[in-house]
Amino acid sequence: MKSPFRALSSIIGQGPCVFFSALLLSAHAWAAEDLPQPFEDPSRLVVIGGSLTEIVYALGEEENLVARDSTSTFPPEAAELPDIGYMRQLSPEGVLSVSPTAILALEGSGPPETVDVLEKASVPMVIVPESFHREGILDKIRFVGAALNAQDEAEELAADVSQEIAAAQRQTENVTERKRVLFVLSMEGGRLLASGTGTAADGIIAMAGGINAVGVFPGYKQLTDEAVVEARPDVVLLMDRGGDFDTGDEELFANPALAGTPAGQNKAVVRMDGSYLLGFGPRTAGAVRDLATALYDTKTLAN
Amino acid sequence: MQMLLSRQLAGAPEGDRSALARLVLGLLLLLLAAVAGLSIATGASDASALSVVESWFLETQETALSTRDRLIIYDIRLPRIVLGILVGASLAVSGALMQGLFRNPLADPGIIGVSAGAGLGAITVIVLGGTVLGPVVALLGIYTLPLAAFAGGLITTLLLYRVATRRGQTSVATMLLAGIALAALSGALSGILIYLADDRQLRDLTFWGLGSLGGATWTKIWAAGPIILAALVTTPFLARSLDALSLGEASARHLGIPVQRMKAAAILSVAAATGAAVAVSGGIGFVGIVVPHLLRLIIGPDHRYLLPGSALLGASLLLLADAVSRTIVAPAELPIGIVTAVFGAPFFLWVLLRRRDMLDL
Repeated sequence: MKSPFRALSSIIGQGPCVFFSALLLSAHAWAAEDLPQPFEDPSRLVVIGGSLTEIVYALGEEENLVARDSTSTFPPEAAELPDIGYMRQLSPEGVLSVSPTAILALEGSGPPETVDVLEKASVPMVIVPESFHREGILDKIRFVGAALNAQDEAEELAADVSQEIAAAQRQTENVTERKRVLFVLSMEGGRLLASGTGTAADGIIAMAGGINAVGVFPGYKQLTDEAVVEARPDVVLLMDRGGDFDTGDEELFANPALAGTPAGQNKAVVRMDGSYLLGFGPRTAGAVRDLATALYDTKTLAN
Repeated sequence: MQMLLSRQLAGAPEGDRSALARLVLGLLLLLLAAVAGLSIATGASDASALSVVESWFLETQETALSTRDRLIIYDIRLPRIVLGILVGASLAVSGALMQGLFRNPLADPGIIGVSAGAGLGAITVIVLGGTVLGPVVALLGIYTLPLAAFAGGLITTLLLYRVATRRGQTSVATMLLAGIALAALSGALSGILIYLADDRQLRDLTFWGLGSLGGATWTKIWAAGPIILAALVTTPFLARSLDALSLGEASARHLGIPVQRMKAAAILSVAAATGAAVAVSGGIGFVGIVVPHLLRLIIGPDHRYLLPGSALLGASLLLLADAVSRTIVAPAELPIGIVTAVFGAPFFLWVLLRRRDMLDL
């Protein structure tokens, strides 16, 4: 029971609805008129969503932060702020108890009843959309910048992040043999819970020049042994949760289907921090670079 | 209080406990009032209930409340307390009714399929709300989930009742067995939906299963309150029949009890009360089992006192559990189902260990 709970809780804001992410994939940058009005009084700011918290810090607007949600654990200073709970299960009185004058929330924050009460309390709230590609990150930065009246800083940060990500992605441009990557969210009873399409894991694998080994279903699903064989992963990607909660190589390859795949034969496993890998925030360029380096021989990577 | 009552009990374990029962009912009423007072006064924020009371009597500039405090007291804590009382009372009374009707100490509303059906309704909305059921959600808004849960519970119960009723007679044994089959079917259908769910929806499902009074609003109370109250008002009329039923169905019939009508009324009350309660608060376990047994230990099995006593104690305990859930990890919140089980289960075990002989299961 413990491990899927932890596994799910460490994923920050996964794909909204498959349909919406499909829509957003084709969407371009948000027009200026779609961006929110700046908060009138951002002096007591609450941020809901780990990547938004990272952006607030990256913009240097952190002095106004009074609380954060449980997915906001980076930078470490953020983790010291009061925690108002998991972003999908916020308690109205809990949020109001920190007397917020402005709330920045990632798409999917809730439940709706809490959002209702917060609207009733007339706390200004900006909902930031999320999608799992480069433009999605830049939009998040522009949204946060507009809401905090830091448009110029946001444009600067967006340009930097865009450039870094583009550079990180260029590394794998000339790779001819794309690695098939199997992202495993958790292992329960020897069965793999793997990422399909429309998820943050799917997005980051594509950005790092890999191919999602199971691109046939949306969201996270348990794979049958035959599907594992069929997926032919070259590499298994896992979230590094630190310490004893990790799924060890031994446990992973005790699954005979997985042991028979190229990944199993070469014991090719990559572990990365969950919020770093799947956050889709300012640190994503680094995550793309790290993942690409872990996937490919440095010789095949362009600088 | 417990010790005093135990000593009184030891004096006259077999005798008439009416006087004691009436005393306990009075004490429970006081307990509920005290817990409700405590609940309105505490919470994650520093909003003061005292200043609200002050503002009723002294309309001066100093006592005028800030909008925020007023909102927290009137729109967050108060509906939550009312909902907690309604849900706690209906869960405990439903448990007592089911244990009386099935003459089985393990019976709870889950047996007649309410929980499984309500769960299926809720899961359907959580998983399909964004796609297939989109138009329904657009129409009913945030009340889609409670309505679906209520409908799911009621439909399952009615189905079960039909299956178990032959020639105007409802067999409780058939109902129990058919209930297990229907629960398995609901479980399988829920399983399909869980398989379809994405991980955000899975998180929502987990939290729904753990229960919460967090979404309490006045609108929800206006929707669920009348149903729960109607069911609770019916139950005292069933007390005499349930007492007679404890002698066996045939004996009850010879005593002139309209057994079939009584069964129908009891099952409908439980389905309505539990369905409405589960719909607004998710899955809150343990109240329906612990409360009636605790009361039986003290005041005996007489349903005239057991039913109202269960309502009062159930409401008090759930409010107390909610107070813990609201404050223990503030400003975040712990699901109340965890609190009821973490405190309820060991306490119940302790009671069982100490007073096994009294229970006579």
